[in-house]
Amino acid sequence: MKPCDFQLFNEYSGRLVDDRDVALLAAIEDGLPFSRRPYAEIGERLQMTEGQVINRLEWMTACGVIRRFGLVLQHRPLGYRANAMVVWDVPDDNVDEAARHIVDHDFVTLCYCRKRSAPQWPFNLYCMIHGRERAEVEEQIKDLKTSASLISYPSRTLFSRRRFKQTGAKFSSAQMPAGSAI
Amino acid sequence: MELSTTEKRLVNRWQKGFPLEPRPFASLADEMGMSEDDILAMLESLKARGLITRLGAVVRPNTVAASSLVAMQVPDHRLEEVAGIVSACPEVNHNYEREDKLNLWFVVAASSAGELDRVLARIEAMTGLDTCKLPLKKAYHIDLGFSI
Repeated sequence: MKPCDFQLFNEYSGRLVDDRDVALLAAIEDGLPFSRRPYAEIGERLQMTEGQVINRLEWMTACGVIRRFGLVLQHRPLGYRANAMVVWDVPDDNVDEAARHIVDHDFVTLCYCRKRSAPQWPFNLYCMIHGRERAEVEEQIKDLKTSASLISYPSRTLFSRRRFKQTGAKFSSAQMPAGSAI
Repeated sequence: MELSTTEKRLVNRWQKGFPLEPRPFASLADEMGMSEDDILAMLESLKARGLITRLGAVVRPNTVAASSLVAMQVPDHRLEEVAGIVSACPEVNHNYEREDKLNLWFVVAASSAGELDRVLARIEAMTGLDTCKLPLKKAYHIDLGFSI
C-alpha cells in the first residue's frame, strides 16, 4: 500500500493496526509529554519499551494511518479566523477532475469527496480554506467558483462562526473490540 | 496573539516529521541552536497560551475509528444548548457553527460504523433534531499543517 494512496483504507480487507496500536494512539491522544524521554514515558504507561513505542509509531506513519506527526495548532488564536467550507454538487464522473483543479490552489487546506444526503444536501465535493481576512478568502472563493472547471456546478459557501469544540479524535472512546476488522 | 520569531520557526518546522527517536527534543534543540530545556519550556508556553493543541499524531479518517462529518439544522435559539449536548459526547472532536440553514457541523469518530450510528441516534434522542451524516468517500488533499 502506498502511503499517499487516496483510497480509503477501510476498502481494503484486513487490519493495519492492532489493539496495542489503538492503546498507543489513545495514550498520546492528548499529546506527547514535554519531557526528555517522551516515548519512554508513554511506554511505561502501556508496558511497552521506548523502542516498541517508536517502532509502532514509525510503522503507523509509514503505512499512512498516521498522516502527520508533529505540532497541532489552534489556527484561530494564530490569526486564521476566516474559515470557509465550500461545497459543490458535481456529477460523480467529474469529481476527480474538479478536485484536481481545486487542490492546485495553494490556499486550499483540505479537499474531500463525501456522500451526498439528498434532497437536503446534494453536495459531494468539499474544500476548506483557512485565511486571516474574510475579504481575502471571499476573493479566493470567487476565483474558484468562477473557474472553468467549476462554474457550471451548484455550490455553496459556509463560513464558520463559533467554535464549540476542537480536539483530536479520542481513541480512548473508540477502542476496538478485540479481533474486529476495520 | 503574537508569536516570537523563534516560536514561529519552531511551529512552522515541526508540524510534521517530528523525530521518532529517544530524545526528540534534543534533536529539535540541535537543529534550532537552542537547549533542550528551552525547547521544552517554549512548547509548554505555546500550549498554555492555547496556540497549540498538542504534539502528536493526526490519524487518517476511517483507519482506526469509523468517522463522519455530521450536520444539523438547529433553531437559532437552541444552538448553544444543542452544541453543548454534541460537544459533551467524547466521540465528537470538532464542532462548529457555520453560516447556513444547516448551522451545526461536527465530526464523530467511533469504534465502528454501528457505534457511530448509535452516537448519532443518542444525539437525535437528546435534542429531538435530525442529524445528517456525510461520510468521506475520498480525500484529495490532506492537512499538512499551516505556515504561520
